[in-house]
Amino acid sequence: MSASVLRSLQESEQKGNGNMSPVVASLNRISKNYGEVQALRNVNLAIHAGELLALLGPNGAGKTTAVKLLLGLAKPTAGNVSVFGGNPVEAEFRMRTGAMLQVAKVPETLRVREHIDLFSSYYLNPLPMSETLAIAGLESIKDRKFGELSGGQRQRVLFALAICGNPDLLFLDEPTVGLDVEARRLLWEQIRKLLARGKTVLLTTHYLQEADALATRVIVINRGVIAAEGTPSEIKARSAGKQIRCVTSLSIDAVRRMPGVVEVLQDREALQIKATEAEPVLRQILASDQAISGIEVTSAGLEEAFLALTEDHNLTQPETLGSN
Amino acid sequence: MATTSAALTSVVSPRRFNHDLAVYVKEAKYEFLKYLRIPVYSFSTVLFPVMFYVLFGLLMNRQGTIGQVSVSTYLIASYGTFGVMGASLFANGVGVASERGLGWMQVKRASPMPPFAYFFAKLVASMIFGSIIVLLLLILGIAFGGVHIALLSALKLLAVLIMGAIPFCAMGLAIGYFAGPNSAPALVNIIYLPISFASGLWIPLAFLPKFLQKFATVLPPYHLAQLALQTVGGFGHGLNSTHWEFLAGFTLLCLGIARLGFHRDEGKTYG
Repeated sequence: MSASVLRSLQESEQKGNGNMSPVVASLNRISKNYGEVQALRNVNLAIHAGELLALLGPNGAGKTTAVKLLLGLAKPTAGNVSVFGGNPVEAEFRMRTGAMLQVAKVPETLRVREHIDLFSSYYLNPLPMSETLAIAGLESIKDRKFGELSGGQRQRVLFALAICGNPDLLFLDEPTVGLDVEARRLLWEQIRKLLARGKTVLLTTHYLQEADALATRVIVINRGVIAAEGTPSEIKARSAGKQIRCVTSLSIDAVRRMPGVVEVLQDREALQIKATEAEPVLRQILASDQAISGIEVTSAGLEEAFLALTEDHNLTQPETLGSN
Repeated sequence: MATTSAALTSVVSPRRFNHDLAVYVKEAKYEFLKYLRIPVYSFSTVLFPVMFYVLFGLLMNRQGTIGQVSVSTYLIASYGTFGVMGASLFANGVGVASERGLGWMQVKRASPMPPFAYFFAKLVASMIFGSIIVLLLLILGIAFGGVHIALLSALKLLAVLIMGAIPFCAMGLAIGYFAGPNSAPALVNIIYLPISFASGLWIPLAFLPKFLQKFATVLPPYHLAQLALQTVGGFGHGLNSTHWEFLAGFTLLCLGIARLGFHRDEGKTYG
Protein backbone atom coordinates (compact mmCIF):
# COMPACT_ATOMS: atom_id res chain seq x y z
CA MET A 1 0.00 0.00 0.00
CA SER A 2 1.48 3.32 -0.96
CA ALA A 3 2.06 5.96 1.65
CA SER A 4 -0.39 8.37 0.12
CA VAL A 5 -3.17 5.78 -0.02
CA LEU A 6 -2.51 4.90 3.58
CA ARG A 7 -2.55 8.54 4.47
CA SER A 8 -5.86 9.23 2.81
CA LEU A 9 -7.31 6.12 4.43
CA GLN A 10 -6.23 7.35 7.80
CA GLU A 11 -7.61 10.76 7.03
CA SER A 12 -11.00 9.44 5.99
CA GLU A 13 -11.09 7.08 8.92
CA GLN A 14 -10.41 9.90 11.34
CA LYS A 15 -12.90 12.16 9.69
CA GLY A 16 -15.48 9.48 9.04
CA ASN A 17 -16.26 8.14 12.45
CA GLY A 18 -14.85 11.02 14.43
CA ASN A 19 -13.03 8.82 16.92
CA MET A 20 -9.29 8.92 16.56
CA SER A 21 -6.80 6.21 17.40
CA PRO A 22 -5.44 6.26 20.98
CA VAL A 23 -3.31 9.11 22.24
CA VAL A 24 0.39 8.18 22.51
CA ALA A 25 1.71 11.50 23.79
CA SER A 26 0.21 14.72 25.00
CA LEU A 27 0.80 18.15 26.44
CA ASN A 28 -1.86 18.97 29.00
CA ARG A 29 -2.44 22.64 29.85
CA ILE A 30 1.23 23.31 29.35
CA SER A 31 2.89 26.63 29.94
CA LYS A 32 6.61 27.12 29.56
CA ASN A 33 8.48 30.29 30.42
CA TYR A 34 12.13 31.01 29.75
CA GLY A 35 12.66 33.76 32.26
CA GLU A 36 10.39 36.60 31.15
CA VAL A 37 9.61 34.96 27.85
CA GLN A 38 6.47 32.86 27.58
CA ALA A 39 7.22 30.23 24.97
CA LEU A 40 3.99 28.27 25.44
CA ARG A 41 0.77 29.31 27.12
CA ASN A 42 -1.78 26.83 28.32
CA VAL A 43 -1.33 24.52 25.34
CA ASN A 44 -3.22 21.26 24.94
CA LEU A 45 -1.94 18.92 22.30
CA ALA A 46 -2.41 15.21 21.70
CA ILE A 47 -0.59 12.94 19.29
CA HIS A 48 -2.60 9.93 18.14
CA ALA A 49 -1.15 6.56 17.15
CA GLY A 50 -0.30 6.24 13.49
CA GLU A 51 -0.76 9.88 12.56
CA LEU A 52 1.68 12.46 11.31
CA LEU A 53 0.90 15.56 13.24
CA ALA A 54 2.51 18.68 11.84
CA LEU A 55 3.15 21.54 14.21
CA LEU A 56 3.19 24.50 11.90
CA GLY A 57 4.32 27.93 12.91
CA PRO A 58 6.77 30.74 12.28
CA ASN A 59 10.17 30.90 13.97
CA GLY A 60 9.77 31.49 17.66
CA ALA A 61 6.20 30.19 17.76
CA GLY A 62 7.00 27.61 20.42
CA LYS A 63 7.29 24.53 18.18
CA THR A 64 10.73 23.50 19.38
CA THR A 65 9.72 24.12 22.98
CA ALA A 66 6.79 21.73 22.54
CA VAL A 67 9.14 19.08 21.15
CA LYS A 68 11.63 19.59 23.98
CA LEU A 69 8.89 19.17 26.57
CA LEU A 70 7.70 15.97 24.92
CA LEU A 71 11.28 14.69 24.92
CA GLY A 72 11.83 15.58 28.56
CA LEU A 73 14.59 18.03 27.64
CA ALA A 74 12.80 20.91 29.32
CA LYS A 75 10.55 21.06 32.34
CA PRO A 76 7.15 22.68 31.96
CA THR A 77 6.45 25.76 34.05
CA ALA A 78 2.89 24.49 34.49
CA GLY A 79 0.88 21.57 33.23
CA ASN A 80 1.88 18.02 32.53
CA VAL A 81 3.53 16.05 29.75
CA SER A 82 2.68 12.45 29.05
CA VAL A 83 4.46 10.11 26.66
CA PHE A 84 3.16 6.54 26.46
CA GLY A 85 1.33 7.30 29.67
CA GLY A 86 4.51 8.18 31.56
CA ASN A 87 7.12 10.84 32.13
CA PRO A 88 9.30 11.37 29.05
CA VAL A 89 12.53 11.62 31.05
CA GLU A 90 12.40 7.96 31.95
CA ALA A 91 14.66 5.70 29.91
CA GLU A 92 11.85 3.20 29.45
CA PHE A 93 9.87 5.73 27.40
CA ARG A 94 12.90 7.07 25.58
CA MET A 95 13.41 3.54 24.27
CA ARG A 96 10.17 4.00 22.35
CA THR A 97 10.90 7.43 20.91
CA GLY A 98 13.38 8.79 18.42
CA ALA A 99 14.22 12.42 17.81
CA MET A 100 15.70 14.50 15.05
CA LEU A 101 16.57 17.87 16.54
CA GLN A 102 18.10 21.03 15.17
CA VAL A 103 21.77 20.72 15.90
CA ALA A 104 24.51 23.12 14.87
CA LYS A 105 27.38 20.69 15.15
CA VAL A 106 27.64 16.91 15.15
CA PRO A 107 30.96 15.17 15.88
CA GLU A 108 32.55 15.33 12.47
CA THR A 109 35.27 12.75 12.74
CA LEU A 110 32.98 9.76 13.23
CA ARG A 111 31.77 7.85 10.20
CA VAL A 112 28.11 7.54 9.28
CA ARG A 113 27.95 3.86 10.27
CA GLU A 114 29.77 4.58 13.54
CA HIS A 115 27.23 7.20 14.54
CA ILE A 116 24.43 4.77 13.72
CA ASP A 117 26.16 1.90 15.50
CA LEU A 118 26.43 3.96 18.69
CA PHE A 119 22.85 5.24 18.67
CA SER A 120 21.50 1.79 17.81
CA SER A 121 23.28 0.43 20.87
CA TYR A 122 21.20 2.71 23.13
CA TYR A 123 18.03 0.81 22.18
CA LEU A 124 17.09 -2.69 23.26
CA ASN A 125 15.64 -3.70 19.88
CA PRO A 126 17.25 -1.58 17.19
CA LEU A 127 16.85 -2.04 13.46
CA PRO A 128 19.67 -3.91 11.75
CA MET A 129 22.29 -1.47 10.48
CA SER A 130 21.57 -2.37 6.85
CA GLU A 131 17.90 -1.52 7.29
CA THR A 132 18.59 1.83 8.93
CA LEU A 133 21.03 2.69 6.14
CA ALA A 134 18.47 1.67 3.52
CA ILE A 135 15.57 3.63 5.03
CA ALA A 136 17.66 6.78 5.34
CA GLY A 137 19.31 6.28 1.94
CA LEU A 138 22.84 6.21 3.33
CA GLU A 139 24.26 2.93 1.95
CA SER A 140 26.63 4.60 -0.48
CA ILE A 141 28.06 7.00 2.10
CA LYS A 142 28.14 4.83 5.20
CA ASP A 143 31.94 4.97 5.45
CA ARG A 144 32.19 8.73 5.10
CA LYS A 145 32.95 10.92 8.03
CA PHE A 146 30.14 13.21 9.09
CA GLY A 147 32.26 16.27 8.38
CA GLU A 148 32.57 15.29 4.72
CA LEU A 149 28.82 15.19 4.06
CA SER A 150 26.56 17.69 2.31
CA GLY A 151 23.70 19.39 4.12
CA GLY A 152 21.12 16.95 2.82
CA GLN A 153 23.26 13.96 3.71
CA ARG A 154 23.81 15.31 7.21
CA GLN A 155 20.09 15.67 7.76
CA ARG A 156 19.64 12.08 6.55
CA VAL A 157 22.18 10.88 9.11
CA LEU A 158 20.31 12.70 11.89
CA PHE A 159 17.16 11.12 10.53
CA ALA A 160 18.86 7.70 10.68
CA LEU A 161 19.81 8.31 14.32
CA ALA A 162 16.17 9.07 15.07
CA ILE A 163 14.86 5.89 13.48
CA CYS A 164 17.66 3.39 14.17
CA GLY A 165 16.12 2.25 17.46
CA ASN A 166 12.91 1.32 15.66
CA PRO A 167 10.89 3.64 17.94
CA ASP A 168 7.09 3.87 17.80
CA LEU A 169 7.03 7.63 18.10
CA LEU A 170 9.26 10.03 16.21
CA PHE A 171 9.89 13.71 16.76
CA LEU A 172 11.22 15.54 13.73
CA ASP A 173 12.06 19.15 14.55
CA GLU A 174 12.26 21.12 11.31
CA PRO A 175 13.89 18.22 9.48
CA THR A 176 14.15 19.91 6.10
CA VAL A 177 15.22 23.40 7.12
CA GLY A 178 18.03 24.65 4.89
CA LEU A 179 17.73 21.78 2.40
CA ASP A 180 17.40 22.22 -1.35
CA VAL A 181 14.29 21.02 -3.16
CA GLU A 182 15.66 17.63 -4.10
CA ALA A 183 17.01 16.81 -0.65
CA ARG A 184 13.71 17.91 0.84
CA ARG A 185 11.71 15.63 -1.44
CA LEU A 186 13.99 12.71 -0.60
CA LEU A 187 13.47 13.23 3.12
CA TRP A 188 9.73 13.56 2.59
CA GLU A 189 9.73 10.17 0.87
CA GLN A 190 11.54 8.66 3.83
CA ILE A 191 9.11 10.20 6.29
CA ARG A 192 6.17 8.83 4.29
CA LYS A 193 7.73 5.36 4.43
CA LEU A 194 7.81 5.56 8.23
CA LEU A 195 4.17 6.42 8.32
CA ALA A 196 3.43 3.47 6.09
CA ARG A 197 5.22 1.28 8.65
CA GLY A 198 2.71 2.39 11.26
CA LYS A 199 4.93 4.86 13.10
CA THR A 200 3.57 7.95 14.77
CA VAL A 201 5.33 11.18 13.88
CA LEU A 202 5.33 14.70 15.26
CA LEU A 203 6.86 17.04 12.73
CA THR A 204 7.51 20.72 13.21
CA THR A 205 7.87 22.95 10.22
CA HIS A 206 7.43 26.50 9.10
CA TYR A 207 6.60 25.46 5.56
CA LEU A 208 2.87 25.22 4.92
CA GLN A 209 3.76 23.20 1.83
CA GLU A 210 5.60 20.64 3.94
CA ALA A 211 2.72 20.21 6.36
CA ASP A 212 0.43 19.85 3.37
CA ALA A 213 2.63 17.21 1.74
CA LEU A 214 3.10 15.04 4.81
CA ALA A 215 0.61 15.60 7.57
CA THR A 216 -2.55 13.77 8.47
CA ARG A 217 -3.35 16.57 10.88
CA VAL A 218 -1.97 20.08 11.33
CA ILE A 219 -1.80 22.27 14.40
CA VAL A 220 -0.90 25.87 13.72
CA ILE A 221 0.93 27.42 16.59
CA ASN A 222 1.81 31.07 16.92
CA ARG A 223 3.27 33.03 19.80
CA GLY A 224 2.90 30.15 22.18
CA VAL A 225 -0.76 29.39 21.60
CA ILE A 226 -2.58 27.09 19.22
CA ALA A 227 -4.12 29.18 16.47
CA ALA A 228 -5.80 26.50 14.39
CA GLU A 229 -6.13 22.77 14.07
CA GLY A 230 -7.38 20.56 11.25
CA THR A 231 -6.50 18.51 8.20
CA PRO A 232 -4.06 20.12 5.75
CA SER A 233 -6.89 21.02 3.38
CA GLU A 234 -8.91 22.60 6.15
CA ILE A 235 -5.93 24.66 7.19
CA LYS A 236 -5.22 25.75 3.65
CA ALA A 237 -8.83 26.73 3.17
CA ARG A 238 -8.68 28.87 6.26
CA SER A 239 -5.43 30.49 5.31
CA ALA A 240 -5.26 33.49 3.03
CA GLY A 241 -5.88 31.64 -0.22
CA LYS A 242 -4.22 32.48 -3.52
CA GLN A 243 -2.35 35.36 -4.97
CA ILE A 244 -2.84 36.26 -8.63
CA ARG A 245 -0.57 38.64 -10.47
CA CYS A 246 -1.36 39.79 -14.00
CA VAL A 247 -1.13 42.71 -16.40
CA THR A 248 -4.63 43.73 -17.33
CA SER A 249 -6.49 46.69 -18.69
CA LEU A 250 -9.24 46.20 -16.11
CA SER A 251 -9.45 48.81 -13.40
CA ILE A 252 -8.64 48.00 -9.81
CA ASP A 253 -12.20 48.73 -8.85
CA ALA A 254 -13.60 46.36 -11.49
CA VAL A 255 -11.44 43.55 -10.21
CA ARG A 256 -12.19 44.39 -6.62
CA ARG A 257 -15.91 43.94 -7.29
CA MET A 258 -15.46 40.37 -8.58
CA PRO A 259 -16.73 37.70 -6.19
CA GLY A 260 -13.95 35.84 -4.34
CA VAL A 261 -11.51 38.77 -4.50
CA VAL A 262 -10.18 39.80 -1.12
CA GLU A 263 -7.80 42.58 -1.96
CA VAL A 264 -6.27 44.23 -5.04
CA LEU A 265 -3.09 46.25 -5.21
CA GLN A 266 -1.36 47.99 -8.08
CA ASP A 267 2.21 46.77 -8.37
CA ARG A 268 4.01 48.67 -11.14
CA GLU A 269 2.26 47.70 -14.41
CA ALA A 270 0.56 44.66 -12.88
CA LEU A 271 -2.26 43.99 -10.46
CA GLN A 272 -1.67 41.96 -7.33
CA ILE A 273 -4.92 40.17 -6.47
CA LYS A 274 -5.64 38.22 -3.32
CA ALA A 275 -8.44 35.74 -3.67
CA THR A 276 -9.94 32.90 -1.66
CA GLU A 277 -9.73 30.71 -4.74
CA ALA A 278 -7.81 31.40 -7.94
CA GLU A 279 -9.91 29.69 -10.62
CA PRO A 280 -13.24 31.59 -10.42
CA VAL A 281 -11.47 34.93 -10.32
CA LEU A 282 -9.22 34.00 -13.23
CA ARG A 283 -12.22 32.91 -15.28
CA GLN A 284 -13.87 36.27 -14.76
CA ILE A 285 -10.75 38.26 -15.61
CA LEU A 286 -10.02 36.15 -18.71
CA ALA A 287 -13.59 36.59 -19.89
CA SER A 288 -13.56 40.35 -19.55
CA ASP A 289 -10.03 41.15 -20.71
CA GLN A 290 -8.73 39.59 -23.96
CA ALA A 291 -5.37 41.34 -23.65
CA ILE A 292 -4.44 40.00 -20.25
CA SER A 293 -0.83 38.87 -19.94
CA GLY A 294 1.81 37.73 -17.48
CA ILE A 295 -0.49 35.64 -15.29
CA GLU A 296 1.10 34.16 -12.16
CA VAL A 297 -0.74 32.27 -9.48
CA THR A 298 0.89 31.53 -6.14
CA SER A 299 -0.31 30.20 -2.83
CA ALA A 300 -0.51 32.81 -0.17
CA GLY A 301 2.74 33.13 1.73
CA LEU A 302 2.94 31.49 5.08
CA GLU A 303 3.17 34.84 6.77
CA GLU A 304 -0.18 35.75 5.28
CA ALA A 305 -1.61 32.38 6.20
CA PHE A 306 -0.59 32.97 9.79
CA LEU A 307 -2.02 36.43 9.79
CA ALA A 308 -5.28 35.09 8.51
CA LEU A 309 -5.33 32.26 11.01
CA THR A 310 -4.30 34.28 13.99
CA GLU A 311 -6.65 37.15 13.21
CA ASP A 312 -9.52 34.66 13.38
CA HIS A 313 -8.70 34.12 16.96
CA ASN A 314 -8.39 37.74 17.93
CA LEU A 315 -5.13 37.17 19.62
CA THR A 316 -3.67 40.01 21.52
CA GLN A 317 -0.17 39.09 22.50
CA PRO A 318 2.81 40.95 23.79
CA GLU A 319 5.69 41.16 21.34
CA THR A 320 8.32 39.31 23.34
CA LEU A 321 6.98 35.81 22.92
CA GLY A 322 8.53 32.63 21.83
CA SER A 323 12.20 31.95 21.55
CA ASN A 324 13.09 28.69 19.96
CA MET B 1 22.23 13.53 34.68
CA ALA B 2 18.64 14.14 33.64
CA THR B 3 17.48 11.13 35.55
CA THR B 4 18.79 8.36 37.70
CA SER B 5 16.27 5.86 36.48
CA ALA B 6 18.72 4.30 34.02
CA ALA B 7 20.94 3.42 36.95
CA LEU B 8 17.98 2.14 38.95
CA THR B 9 16.66 -0.11 36.22
CA SER B 10 20.11 -1.51 35.67
CA VAL B 11 20.02 -2.79 39.23
CA VAL B 12 16.67 -4.41 38.61
CA SER B 13 17.20 -6.19 35.31
CA PRO B 14 20.33 -8.13 34.35
CA ARG B 15 19.53 -7.75 30.67
CA ARG B 16 19.41 -4.03 31.11
CA PHE B 17 22.67 -4.10 33.03
CA ASN B 18 24.48 -5.96 30.25
CA HIS B 19 22.95 -3.65 27.71
CA ASP B 20 24.09 -0.55 29.61
CA LEU B 21 27.56 -2.00 30.05
CA ALA B 22 27.80 -2.52 26.29
CA VAL B 23 26.70 1.09 25.75
CA TYR B 24 29.38 2.40 28.14
CA VAL B 25 32.07 0.47 26.28
CA LYS B 26 30.87 1.58 22.86
CA GLU B 27 30.46 5.18 23.95
CA ALA B 28 34.04 5.21 25.26
CA LYS B 29 35.40 3.58 22.11
CA TYR B 30 33.81 6.14 19.81
CA GLU B 31 34.72 9.02 22.10
CA PHE B 32 38.35 7.96 21.86
CA LEU B 33 38.15 7.51 18.07
CA LYS B 34 36.46 10.87 17.73
CA TYR B 35 39.31 12.69 19.47
CA LEU B 36 42.01 10.56 17.91
CA ARG B 37 40.80 11.76 14.50
CA ILE B 38 40.80 15.43 15.47
CA PRO B 39 44.41 16.41 14.76
CA VAL B 40 44.18 19.62 16.79
CA TYR B 41 43.31 17.52 19.81
CA SER B 42 45.43 14.42 19.37
CA PHE B 43 48.49 16.28 18.15
CA SER B 44 48.51 19.13 20.58
CA THR B 45 47.66 17.09 23.67
CA VAL B 46 50.18 14.34 22.90
CA LEU B 47 52.81 16.28 21.03
CA PHE B 48 53.30 19.22 23.37
CA PRO B 49 54.32 17.31 26.50
CA VAL B 50 56.43 14.94 24.43
CA MET B 51 58.14 17.80 22.59
CA PHE B 52 58.83 19.67 25.83
CA TYR B 53 60.26 16.52 27.32
CA VAL B 54 62.56 15.96 24.37
CA LEU B 55 63.76 19.56 24.56
CA PHE B 56 64.21 20.01 28.29
CA GLY B 57 64.67 16.43 29.42
CA LEU B 58 66.69 14.87 26.66
CA LEU B 59 68.49 17.57 24.68
CA MET B 60 69.27 20.21 27.30
CA ASN B 61 69.66 18.81 30.79
CA ARG B 62 71.01 15.35 30.22
CA GLN B 63 73.41 15.22 33.15
CA GLY B 64 71.44 17.19 35.75
CA THR B 65 69.80 15.83 38.85
CA ILE B 66 67.04 17.19 41.04
CA GLY B 67 67.03 15.77 44.56
CA GLN B 68 67.76 12.08 44.14
CA VAL B 69 66.58 11.70 40.56
CA SER B 70 67.95 12.66 37.18
CA VAL B 71 66.30 15.51 35.31
CA SER B 72 65.17 13.10 32.59
CA THR B 73 63.34 10.97 35.17
CA TYR B 74 61.94 13.93 37.09
CA LEU B 75 60.50 15.44 33.93
CA ILE B 76 58.70 12.21 32.96
CA ALA B 77 56.59 12.68 36.08
CA SER B 78 56.03 16.41 35.59
CA TYR B 79 55.37 16.36 31.82
CA GLY B 80 53.25 13.26 32.37
CA THR B 81 51.14 15.33 34.76
CA PHE B 82 51.06 18.15 32.22
CA GLY B 83 49.94 15.74 29.49
CA VAL B 84 47.19 14.10 31.53
CA MET B 85 45.90 17.49 32.58
CA GLY B 86 45.82 18.76 28.99
CA ALA B 87 44.11 15.66 27.61
CA SER B 88 41.45 15.81 30.34
CA LEU B 89 40.82 19.56 30.21
CA PHE B 90 40.51 19.70 26.43
CA ALA B 91 38.31 16.60 26.06
CA ASN B 92 35.96 17.75 28.81
CA GLY B 93 36.20 21.53 28.88
CA VAL B 94 36.22 22.16 25.15
CA GLY B 95 34.28 19.00 24.30
CA VAL B 96 31.39 19.65 26.68
CA ALA B 97 31.22 23.39 25.93
CA SER B 98 30.94 22.74 22.22
CA GLU B 99 28.58 19.74 22.41
CA ARG B 100 26.40 21.53 24.91
CA GLY B 101 26.38 24.86 23.12
CA LEU B 102 25.90 23.53 19.61
CA GLY B 103 23.07 21.12 20.28
CA TRP B 104 24.75 17.71 20.13
CA MET B 105 24.36 17.03 23.84
CA GLN B 106 20.64 17.54 23.45
CA VAL B 107 20.46 14.90 20.74
CA LYS B 108 22.23 12.51 23.10
CA ARG B 109 19.97 13.39 26.00
CA ALA B 110 16.84 12.86 23.92
CA SER B 111 18.06 9.34 23.15
CA PRO B 112 17.87 6.48 25.65
CA MET B 113 21.63 6.71 26.29
CA PRO B 114 22.35 6.09 30.00
CA PRO B 115 23.24 9.67 31.06
CA PHE B 116 26.49 8.78 32.79
CA ALA B 117 27.80 6.97 29.73
CA TYR B 118 28.52 10.37 28.22
CA PHE B 119 30.80 11.43 31.08
CA PHE B 120 32.28 8.00 31.50
CA ALA B 121 33.30 8.02 27.83
CA LYS B 122 35.05 11.36 28.17
CA LEU B 123 36.88 10.18 31.29
CA VAL B 124 38.03 6.97 29.61
CA ALA B 125 39.15 8.79 26.45
CA SER B 126 41.13 11.25 28.59
CA MET B 127 42.73 8.39 30.50
CA ILE B 128 43.73 6.62 27.30
CA PHE B 129 45.31 9.78 25.88
CA GLY B 130 47.01 10.37 29.23
CA SER B 131 48.41 6.82 29.18
CA ILE B 132 49.70 7.24 25.65
CA ILE B 133 51.57 10.38 26.72
CA VAL B 134 53.06 8.77 29.83
CA LEU B 135 54.12 5.66 27.91
CA LEU B 136 55.76 7.75 25.17
CA LEU B 137 57.66 9.75 27.80
CA LEU B 138 58.82 6.54 29.50
CA ILE B 139 59.95 5.00 26.22
CA LEU B 140 61.83 8.14 25.18
CA GLY B 141 63.39 8.54 28.62
CA ILE B 142 64.55 4.94 28.82
CA ALA B 143 65.78 4.84 25.22
CA PHE B 144 67.47 8.24 25.02
CA GLY B 145 67.62 9.79 28.48
CA GLY B 146 69.40 7.09 30.45
CA VAL B 147 66.36 6.69 32.67
CA HIS B 148 66.48 3.64 34.91
CA ILE B 149 63.13 2.77 36.29
CA ALA B 150 61.83 -0.49 37.77
CA LEU B 151 58.80 -1.96 36.03
CA LEU B 152 56.79 -1.67 39.23
CA SER B 153 57.64 2.03 39.60
CA ALA B 154 56.72 2.66 36.00
CA LEU B 155 53.37 0.95 36.51
CA LYS B 156 52.78 2.93 39.70
CA LEU B 157 53.57 6.16 37.86
CA LEU B 158 51.14 5.21 35.11
CA ALA B 159 48.43 4.30 37.63
CA VAL B 160 48.81 7.56 39.57
CA LEU B 161 48.64 9.64 36.40
CA ILE B 162 45.65 7.71 35.06
CA MET B 163 43.84 8.37 38.34
CA GLY B 164 45.00 11.95 37.97
CA ALA B 165 42.72 12.33 34.97
CA ILE B 166 39.72 12.33 37.33
CA PRO B 167 40.20 15.76 38.98
CA PHE B 168 41.04 17.40 35.65
CA CYS B 169 38.07 15.81 33.90
CA ALA B 170 35.91 17.23 36.68
CA MET B 171 37.59 20.60 36.21
CA GLY B 172 36.95 20.32 32.47
CA LEU B 173 33.25 19.67 33.12
CA ALA B 174 33.05 22.73 35.35
CA ILE B 175 34.57 24.83 32.55
CA GLY B 176 32.51 23.12 29.86
CA TYR B 177 29.22 23.87 31.63
CA PHE B 178 29.96 27.55 31.94
CA ALA B 179 32.02 28.44 28.87
CA GLY B 180 30.55 28.99 25.42
CA PRO B 181 31.63 26.79 22.52
CA ASN B 182 33.89 29.48 21.07
CA SER B 183 35.46 30.75 24.24
CA ALA B 184 36.18 27.36 25.81
CA PRO B 185 39.50 26.61 24.01
CA ALA B 186 40.91 30.00 24.95
CA LEU B 187 39.64 29.69 28.50
CA VAL B 188 41.19 26.26 28.93
CA ASN B 189 44.53 27.55 27.66
CA ILE B 190 44.39 30.59 29.93
CA ILE B 191 43.90 28.35 32.94
CA TYR B 192 45.95 25.35 31.95
CA LEU B 193 49.23 26.90 30.83
CA PRO B 194 49.80 29.25 33.80
CA ILE B 195 48.88 26.69 36.44
CA SER B 196 51.16 24.13 34.77
CA PHE B 197 54.04 26.55 34.97
CA ALA B 198 53.24 27.64 38.52
CA SER B 199 52.93 24.03 39.66
CA GLY B 200 56.49 23.35 38.51
CA LEU B 201 55.55 21.10 35.62
CA TRP B 202 57.81 22.82 33.08
CA ILE B 203 60.61 24.01 35.29
CA PRO B 204 61.04 22.18 38.61
CA LEU B 205 59.70 24.16 41.56
CA ALA B 206 63.14 24.37 43.16
CA PHE B 207 64.19 26.75 40.38
CA LEU B 208 61.14 28.97 40.75
CA PRO B 209 60.86 32.00 43.06
CA LYS B 210 59.85 31.37 46.68
CA PHE B 211 56.39 32.96 46.37
CA LEU B 212 55.55 30.65 43.48
CA GLN B 213 56.71 27.64 45.48
CA LYS B 214 54.24 28.65 48.20
CA PHE B 215 51.48 29.41 45.71
CA ALA B 216 51.93 26.01 44.05
CA THR B 217 50.49 24.23 47.08
CA VAL B 218 46.99 25.47 46.24
CA LEU B 219 47.20 24.27 42.62
CA PRO B 220 45.87 20.80 41.75
CA PRO B 221 48.62 19.93 39.20
CA TYR B 222 51.24 20.50 41.90
CA HIS B 223 49.64 17.82 44.05
CA LEU B 224 49.36 15.32 41.22
CA ALA B 225 52.95 16.00 40.19
CA GLN B 226 54.16 15.35 43.75
CA LEU B 227 52.35 12.00 43.80
CA ALA B 228 53.80 11.12 40.39
CA LEU B 229 57.32 12.14 41.45
CA GLN B 230 57.27 9.91 44.50
CA THR B 231 56.56 6.85 42.38
CA VAL B 232 59.86 7.38 40.53
CA GLY B 233 61.85 8.02 43.72
CA GLY B 234 61.74 11.78 43.55
CA PHE B 235 61.85 13.85 46.66
CA GLY B 236 58.24 14.85 47.07
CA HIS B 237 56.99 17.72 49.17
CA GLY B 238 54.33 16.97 51.75
CA LEU B 239 52.43 13.86 52.68
CA ASN B 240 50.91 11.57 50.06
CA SER B 241 47.60 11.47 51.85
CA THR B 242 47.39 15.26 51.81
CA HIS B 243 47.90 15.30 48.05
CA TRP B 244 45.17 12.69 47.51
CA GLU B 245 42.83 14.54 49.86
CA PHE B 246 43.47 17.81 48.08
CA LEU B 247 42.72 16.23 44.69
CA ALA B 248 39.58 14.50 45.98
CA GLY B 249 38.30 17.74 47.46
CA PHE B 250 39.10 19.59 44.25
CA THR B 251 37.23 16.96 42.23
CA LEU B 252 34.11 17.33 44.37
CA LEU B 253 34.27 21.10 44.16
CA CYS B 254 34.49 20.97 40.35
CA LEU B 255 31.64 18.47 40.09
CA GLY B 256 29.55 20.77 42.28
CA ILE B 257 30.29 23.70 39.97
CA ALA B 258 29.51 21.56 36.90
CA ARG B 259 26.20 20.58 38.51
CA LEU B 260 25.30 24.23 39.01
CA GLY B 261 26.06 24.82 35.35
CA PHE B 262 23.94 21.85 34.35
CA HIS B 263 20.94 23.16 36.29
CA ARG B 264 21.48 26.66 34.97
CA ASP B 265 21.31 25.17 31.47
CA GLU B 266 18.09 23.31 32.09
CA GLY B 267 16.07 26.50 32.20
CA LYS B 268 17.61 27.75 28.99
CA THR B 269 17.26 26.96 25.36
CA TYR B 270 20.01 24.41 25.27
CA GLY B 271 21.48 21.98 27.74
